[in-house]
Amino acid sequence: MARMKFLCDSERCIECNGCVTACKNEHEVPWGVNRRRVVTINDGVPGEKSISVSCMHCSDAPCMAVCPTDCFYKTEDGVVLHNKDACIGCGYCFFACPFGAPQFPSGPAAFGARGKMDKCTFCSGGPEENGSKAEFEKYGRNRISEGKLPACAEMCATKALLAGDAPVVSDIYRERVLRRGKAGDAAWGWMTAYGKPEQKQEQTQERAREQNREGQK
Amino acid sequence: MKKGLILALTATFTLGLAACGEYSQVASYKPGSYQGKSDTRPWEGGQFAGNKQAWEAALAARNQAQNEYKKAN
Repeated sequence: MARMKFLCDSERCIECNGCVTACKNEHEVPWGVNRRRVVTINDGVPGEKSISVSCMHCSDAPCMAVCPTDCFYKTEDGVVLHNKDACIGCGYCFFACPFGAPQFPSGPAAFGARGKMDKCTFCSGGPEENGSKAEFEKYGRNRISEGKLPACAEMCATKALLAGDAPVVSDIYRERVLRRGKAGDAAWGWMTAYGKPEQKQEQTQERAREQNREGQK
Repeated sequence: MKKGLILALTATFTLGLAACGEYSQVASYKPGSYQGKSDTRPWEGGQFAGNKQAWEAALAARNQAQNEYKKAN
């Protein structure tokens, strides 16, 4: 049985927010709720790194542990889902989650004005009939039951965000790292895109000199 | 003498009563289990109508399609 996981390649993520948009559009998520978002470290500084974050569908999920109504469950594929009918919007899961995945639409609920918790479902819907209207309204579209992967990963233009069976995803990533053979900015060409012309010229000249030296030998 | 005895008795009585109200305040964690309605598995109903193999094949194909090195070469 598959173990569904996300993997984000920070060398490839260009902070386009395509994954965020794809998710919002696919599930018709209300205003103020972002099941996925892009976090950037050193934004605007050369060498900045971005990563797309949502629910990581933890193997030992803290949200499940703290929920007072035990509304969370895990599917056979390792996807952490929850039952909105049992959610009281207490917000404990929000405080327990290290990724800030649980979101609250500020709607009417039993406790305060948080509303029922909403989070990434790995496009697996929830405890309603697969593909039903009720499922779509509560949890969004169930792409997994259609034999598809999450919309965010499938829409990712640079394929920075990978989703699916963990061994397959890690194999793809491993092959990618071996093929590019470089680390850091050189892996995808920061200097090619943003390097100063004189720096590029120096690099070209240096390369030509090295070739000459090798030719003379 | 009598006053001292009364005071000592009152103090003993008060302290004794105070101890009665003490109980452990450490929460005992009991992991709960999901009690809500059960979810249908992805291959059940809908497009795949219970055909698990077909569902797995479809998902595996999508999984591999993420590897653009295989697409390009």
